[in-house]
Amino acid sequence: MNRFISFARELKRYPSAIAGLVLIALFLALALYSLIMVPQSHAVQLWRAGIARRDSPRNARPVWYNALPWVNLPRTLVLDSAEHPELKRYREISEEHNEIEIAFEFDYHYDAFPRELNLFLRSEYESRRPFASVRWVTPDGRSFSLSDGGVDREQSIRIDQLRGLRRELGDVAPRVGLFADPASAEGVPQVLHGTYRVEIEGVSFEPDSDIEARFVRYGQVHGLAGTDHIRRDIAVALLFGTRPALAFGILAAVGSTVTTLVLAAVGVWFRGKVDAAIQRVTEVNMVLPLLPVLVMVGTLYSRSIWVMLGVVILFGIFSAGIKTYRAMFLQIRELAYIEAARAYGAGNTRIIFRYMIPKVLPTLIPSFVTVIPSFVFLEATLAMIGLGDPVLPTWGKVLEDAYRNGALYRGQYYWVLLPSSLLILTGLGFAMFGFALDRVFNPRLRER
Amino acid sequence: MPNDVLLQAENLQTHFELRKFGFVRAGEVRAVDGVTFHIRRGEAVAIVGESGCGKSTLARTVLGLYEPTAGSVLFDGVDMSSYDRRKLAWHRRQVGYVQQDPYAALPPFMDVRQLLREPLLVNGVRDRAEQEQRIRSRLEEIRLTPAASFLEKFPHQLSGGQQQRVVIARARILDPQLIVADEPVSMLDASVRVEVLQLLRQLQRKHRMALLYITHDLSTVRYFCERIFIMYGAKIVERGPVEAILARPEHPYTQALVDAIPDPDAANAGQYRKVPAGEPPSLLHPPEGCRFHPRCSFAIQGLCERHDPPDFETGAGRRAACWLYREAAVEHNLQR
Repeated sequence: MNRFISFARELKRYPSAIAGLVLIALFLALALYSLIMVPQSHAVQLWRAGIARRDSPRNARPVWYNALPWVNLPRTLVLDSAEHPELKRYREISEEHNEIEIAFEFDYHYDAFPRELNLFLRSEYESRRPFASVRWVTPDGRSFSLSDGGVDREQSIRIDQLRGLRRELGDVAPRVGLFADPASAEGVPQVLHGTYRVEIEGVSFEPDSDIEARFVRYGQVHGLAGTDHIRRDIAVALLFGTRPALAFGILAAVGSTVTTLVLAAVGVWFRGKVDAAIQRVTEVNMVLPLLPVLVMVGTLYSRSIWVMLGVVILFGIFSAGIKTYRAMFLQIRELAYIEAARAYGAGNTRIIFRYMIPKVLPTLIPSFVTVIPSFVFLEATLAMIGLGDPVLPTWGKVLEDAYRNGALYRGQYYWVLLPSSLLILTGLGFAMFGFALDRVFNPRLRER
Repeated sequence: MPNDVLLQAENLQTHFELRKFGFVRAGEVRAVDGVTFHIRRGEAVAIVGESGCGKSTLARTVLGLYEPTAGSVLFDGVDMSSYDRRKLAWHRRQVGYVQQDPYAALPPFMDVRQLLREPLLVNGVRDRAEQEQRIRSRLEEIRLTPAASFLEKFPHQLSGGQQQRVVIARARILDPQLIVADEPVSMLDASVRVEVLQLLRQLQRKHRMALLYITHDLSTVRYFCERIFIMYGAKIVERGPVEAILARPEHPYTQALVDAIPDPDAANAGQYRKVPAGEPPSLLHPPEGCRFHPRCSFAIQGLCERHDPPDFETGAGRRAACWLYREAAVEHNLQR
């Protein structure tokens, strides 16, 4: 305990250690938060199921992009009559007939046009469908008919794809035309600021029949990290990607360094055939290419992140590190205290684990910490070359999607920069912490 | 008499094979080559020789760290080569080991309590209270007091003399019958050497332990041991009671060693001492005949370079492996 306190005090002298620890703690907290708040299966569903992202735009930038003084992009707006009953008015015409009026009203003061406009209608009826007409009213009083006719139980009106409306607006996409100032120059539509209205006038033909409407104005900015080409909120992937990233990095680092260390010590201590066998296996392993083997396993067997992790650890066991550790252990084996231990009867296991390995731990721990990010990067690399886990959302898979959809060519920098910066921050955190540890454990490195 | 003898080495040989490319035999180093001696219970014995004469190998063979190539070591009447696991473990409890470099001899990552507990744990002393009691009593024995203030110190926080005393405490912690001390003070400052040696001697007397003291420094032997063995080129060339050997060395090599003991007397300033010319013999290709003959100023032509001298009895409890004493030995035998 005393040792731990003095160690902590020593570590506090290095600001980089604090910064690194804060970063690591942040990522761990993020991973823990995602673990506690949302179970894994739900996360997967959130990422994969279509229904959860019906209200998200495609390829929207993060909302904080609007913080730039010259940027004023529309946000997503969802108006649902089921959630806001006050927007709905009934008027009884007869016992059977009801007039249903839904009016959505919103201010539009953005400098750009929305990504998309959708209206989802739902109705309840026994045998006779209710009827509804939908109108769009601009701030300057112009009005356009969006739809006219019977309402199905589930019906979506993709306003942007209404051919007639497009023609009516002068061959301009409705998402632009509906918001454009008619006075703006040809070809450079300007947004007409003001209050817009979507009016739905319906008639039901049965006593219990009803209509609900959900209007979604998809923004050009959405969520903390934007959205991808299939409306998924990238923030979800970034949050849930923390877990596999850290797990992969730490488990791979532990799995490979610890076993490597033990094997090197065992080889050096027992010498002879044991050592020779370990050395030969290591040498064979050193010339085996890891990536092609991973591609093979991924193609022929499974791309699960845990299978990949297993292969990485398997290859890490007899890694080149054995050579380095062996050189250290060869010196340690000849130290007087080990001879003393033999003289008072310490057994092989005790000598290896209690006398040889603790001696190299000070040099090992920092390199262990600094090697973690390289495994985090490996996971991202695997995802980039199409070996990402098919189910789990990971940082690497976000990057892969961005790459496959030409995010950088299309100016969707956020799609690449956010997961990359998380990867970089992970690397930075572990590196800064590891280098500080190195200086604490190996005082010779201290700058004076 | 046999019951009085704790350790008996008979024609002990420890050789190391040299190999080329890992399998071609390229000769062997005869580090210990036919050594016979015994140590009585409670007796302090010194083995003196220059570096590379095989004295440390001899110590390690006695400790059971090296397997002898030939010959036998009887400890407490039992041949060490017949040891099974249990007997070997017992042997390790009976023999304590004090090494040359105290700092290297202590694991740097353990504090004093931990490193003194290790031999106890290894040898099945599991009771915490007993461990603690033994550790404290040994620390008091070596005068690291108050013991509590040293328990949590790491080796690098101790001075060289303190480190060596901790090494002695560790060697003592299992109550051994024999302590093998391999150059225990050669790495220490001159100022603490005497202190450590006196401590060792005192513990040896108090607990009636046998002590095998290995050194290259004859000057430390005088106050310390009952008998000395002089080792040269993997063999014991002279043996006998300390006082007799120091007063009247017989083997030419011993004479040179005794001559080399520094004597801090102003009259000696500017005086040069006789030093035998040449190098210690190679143990890979030892010289024919007496191993000292290339450096010996008394070498007898035609005898010393051809025939290895046997041990000649030259006085009470004294033997010298030197052809100069073939007549003296006869005389001595006649007198008896």
